[in-house]
Amino acid sequence: MDAIRTEDIDHQRRQLLGTATVGIVAAGAISLLPSQLAAAPDDAIRPFRINVPEADLVDLRRRIAATRWPDQETVKDQSQGTPLARLQELVRYWGTDYDWRKIEARLNALPQFVTTIDGVDIHYIHVRSKHPNALPLIVTHGWPGSVIEQLKIIDPLTNPTAHRGQAEDAFDVVVPSLPGYGFSGKPTGTGWDPDRIARAWAEVMKRLGYTRYVAQGGDWGTPISSAMARQGAAGLLGIHINLPATVPPEVAAALAGGPLPTDLSDKERAVVEALMTSGKNGNLAYFTIMTARPQTVGYGATDSPAGLAAWVLVHPGFAQWRYGADHNQSPTRDDVLDNITLYWLTNTATSAARLYWENGARGSVIVAAAQRTAEISLPVAITVFPEDVYRPPETWARRAYRNLSYFNEVDKGGHFAAWEQPGLFSAELRAAFRPLRHTN
Amino acid sequence: MSEVSPTRRDVLATSAAASAITLLFESPARAAGDNAIRPFRINVPEARLVDLRRRIAATQWPETETVADQSQGVQLATIQELARYWERDYDWRKVEAKLNALPQFITEIDGLDIHFIHVRSKHDNALPLIVTHGWPGSVIEQLKIIDPLSNPTAHGASASDAFHVVIPSMPGYGFSGKPTSPGWGPERMGRAWAELMKRLGYPRYVAQGGDWGAFVVDQMGLQAPAGLLAIHTNMPATVPADVDKALQVGAPPPVGLSAEERRAYEELIKTFKQVDYARIMGSRPQTLYGIADSPVGLAAWLLDHNDADGQPAAAVASALNRTTSATGELTRDEVLDNITLYWLTNTGVSASRLYWEYKGGFFNAKGVTIPVAVTVFPGEQYQAPRSWTERAYPRLIHYNKVDRGGHFAAWEQPELFSAELRAAFRSVRQPS
Repeated sequence: MDAIRTEDIDHQRRQLLGTATVGIVAAGAISLLPSQLAAAPDDAIRPFRINVPEADLVDLRRRIAATRWPDQETVKDQSQGTPLARLQELVRYWGTDYDWRKIEARLNALPQFVTTIDGVDIHYIHVRSKHPNALPLIVTHGWPGSVIEQLKIIDPLTNPTAHRGQAEDAFDVVVPSLPGYGFSGKPTGTGWDPDRIARAWAEVMKRLGYTRYVAQGGDWGTPISSAMARQGAAGLLGIHINLPATVPPEVAAALAGGPLPTDLSDKERAVVEALMTSGKNGNLAYFTIMTARPQTVGYGATDSPAGLAAWVLVHPGFAQWRYGADHNQSPTRDDVLDNITLYWLTNTATSAARLYWENGARGSVIVAAAQRTAEISLPVAITVFPEDVYRPPETWARRAYRNLSYFNEVDKGGHFAAWEQPGLFSAELRAAFRPLRHTN
Repeated sequence: MSEVSPTRRDVLATSAAASAITLLFESPARAAGDNAIRPFRINVPEARLVDLRRRIAATQWPETETVADQSQGVQLATIQELARYWERDYDWRKVEAKLNALPQFITEIDGLDIHFIHVRSKHDNALPLIVTHGWPGSVIEQLKIIDPLSNPTAHGASASDAFHVVIPSMPGYGFSGKPTSPGWGPERMGRAWAELMKRLGYPRYVAQGGDWGAFVVDQMGLQAPAGLLAIHTNMPATVPADVDKALQVGAPPPVGLSAEERRAYEELIKTFKQVDYARIMGSRPQTLYGIADSPVGLAAWLLDHNDADGQPAAAVASALNRTTSATGELTRDEVLDNITLYWLTNTGVSASRLYWEYKGGFFNAKGVTIPVAVTVFPGEQYQAPRSWTERAYPRLIHYNKVDRGGHFAAWEQPELFSAELRAAFRSVRQPS
C-alpha cells in the first residue's frame, strides 16, 4: 500500500465508482475491475469500495415481494429444512425493513483492496494496528460465509487495549474474500481448491510486505490455513483453526460404515456417536450435493432470494440460530441478512458452491488423513467451540497435528465462532498466538 | 363435464385462500371422507402462464460452469437454450388439451385427493392395470402408453392383450393433493392404490411401476391386496443383502459374483455416486425454496436426474435436441410439459418430500412373493441380473432384457414398453 500514492487511490476509486453501476448490473460486482485497471502492474494493490446501484436493491426487493412459496413442511420442527413460517418472516423483513446501506457503509469504513493473484481478483480487508510489532494475521472465512463473519473481530484484534487486551497482543488483520465469494473474482477455470487458495494467500501476505505472520480459519478457512502450513508458506509462523481435521483413520472408517473401534474413550465415543447421528440426520447432504452438482443447485439459489436464503441457512451451523427472535444472539438478523445479501448482490451462490466441487475427491474436511495433517510441521493452535459441527477430542488433535501448540475447549460458541462470540474468539487468538510472536 | 358447473363456483370461491393449485382444479367439491369419484379437468388461468413466462425472462443467471462438460451439473448453455424456448415458443395448452382429452378423475383416499387418468379399453376381458410414475416424473411420462395398452389392435397387437389403464398422480405430485403431515411413503401409496382399484370396481388387476413407482409396486407386492394378480417393474429391487451391504460402504465387489453380477455391482456403485440430489431431498426437502420460486431453478433440478448413460439422464439430454418424433421417442416439448406441470402445480418441494418419507433401502430385495414380471432396460440405473432377480422375486413370471430404453422407459420407448407389459402379464390373464 505504501507504494500507492494518495492521488492514485483517488483516481482509481473514481474509476471504480464510475463503473460500478454497469459492472454490477451486467455481470456481478467485480467483473469490470480487471479491464478497468488493465494498465496497472500485475501485482498492484487497488483500493476498493462498494457502491451497489440502487436499482439492484430495488430489484431484490421486487423479487422478494414476488416470491412464490412452496407449501408448508409436514413436520413441526426443522427436520425437513428451514420452516416456511420462519423463512417467510425473515424474507418479509428482508424485503421491507432491512437496509443494505448500513453494512455497505461499515465495510467501506474499513480499508478494502483488490489485487490480482494467479489470474483472479482477490478482495480483502486490511486493517493495520496502531501498535508497533503487531503480528500480521490472515483470517479466512468459509461457506456460507464471507468477510462479514469477521467484522466483529477486527477491532478487538487490531486495537486490543480497547477490548481488555494488551498492546503486545495486537494484530494487523487481513481478511480476504475466497475466490468465487463476495467481492473476489470468480474463477472461470478449474483448480481453485484450498491448496491453490493457500498459495494465493501467501502471495497476498508477501505483497503486503509481511515477512512473519500467522493464519486463522474455520470451515473452509481451516483446510486453507492448514494448506498454508503444510506448504510451509514463507514467513508463516503457525496457524489457529476452529474446525480441525482430527478424525483418525479407524474412526473415519467407522463413519463410512465400518466397525466401531473398541478402544475409544468415553469422550471419543461420544464424539463418534454425535457425528453418526449428525450424518443420519442429513447434516451432510448440503455438502455432498454442492460437491457433486454445484451448478445445478446454483440456479435456484441464484434466481430466487428466498431460495438463496434457505440454502445459506441449510448449514448445520445455523441449527441453533433463532432468526432474530433472540436479540442477544450473534449473528443478529441483520448480520445474517448482510451476508445473504452480499451473496445475492455479487451473484455468488453458484461460484461459492463450486469450492466443494473443487475439494471433490479429497473428501471430508474433518478427517485427518484426507486433509494430510501429518504433513504439517508448523505449530497448530486449536480452539474447540462447543456448538460446532463436532467437538474434536484433544487425543485426536494430538494425533493429527504433531506440533499442536495450543488446544482449548471454550464454553460457548459454535461453527461461526468469530461471528457468534467475537470477544471470546479474539481472546483465543491472542492466547493461541502469544507463544509464536517471538519465534523465528 | 356439465356436472362440474354447479360446484365449480365453490371451488373458485375458496381458491383465493388456499394454495395456487386450487385454481387449476375443475372438479366437484365433496364432503370429507366420501368415496365419490369426481370428474376432473385442467384449466390453467392464462395469468399463470404469463407469470411463468415473465419469471423465465427475468431469470438471474449464474456464470458459466468452469468445466466443458456436465460434471458440475446442468450446463448454463443447455438450460439457457431450454429457457429461451420455454419462454417464447413452448405451448402448455397443447398438453393441457391432451390431458383433458383423457378421462381424468379425483377421489379422496386416506384423507388426500388422488388424481388419476382412467382409460377403459373397448375390449371385453381387458386386464385392469395401475401404472405409477416416479420422480421427477408425472402422469405425463405415461401418456404414450395409454393407447397401445388400451387399444392394442391399433398397434399391431391382439385384443386379448388389452388393458384398462389407471394412471394416478402420486400424493404431492401433479394434480393430486399435497400431504400436510408425514406418512405418505410408498407403503401408504400402495394401500391407497389398492383402495383406488377397489373403488373402480376392479376385483382383479395388475400393477406396474418404475422409479418411485417401482417402490410402490414392490410395496403392493408385499401387501398383496385382494385382487392384485402380479406386478411389473422396470426398476427391480433385486440386490442380495450381502451385496447391498458392500454397496452401502462402497466396498469392492464381493467375491463370487458372476460377470453379469459384477457389472451390475459396478453400475450400482456409479449410480450411488450420482444420487446426491436424492440425499438432499431425503434430508432437507423444505430447503429447496429455489425450485418453488424459480422456473429455471426447478427445470435444472428436474433435469439433473441420472440414468445409466449420464447425468442429466442421456435420454432426457438428447430429447432436448429432438423437436419431433414419429416413433414416440422423447421430445423437448414432453420434457417441458412435465417441468411445466411441476411449476403450475407448485409441487417441486412436495414431490421432493417423498425422499424424506422413505427410510428403506433402494435396490435391495424386498421379499415380494406374489408373481412379478421384470423388464431390464439398458439405460436403467443397473442391469438387474437374472440370477438376482430370480432370488428377489421367487415367482418370476417374466424376465426380459430389451435393447433400448432407459430409466424413463414408458416415456422413451412407449411401443416397446407396451409390448413388454403385454408379454409380462399374459400368463396371469384368465382365459376368456
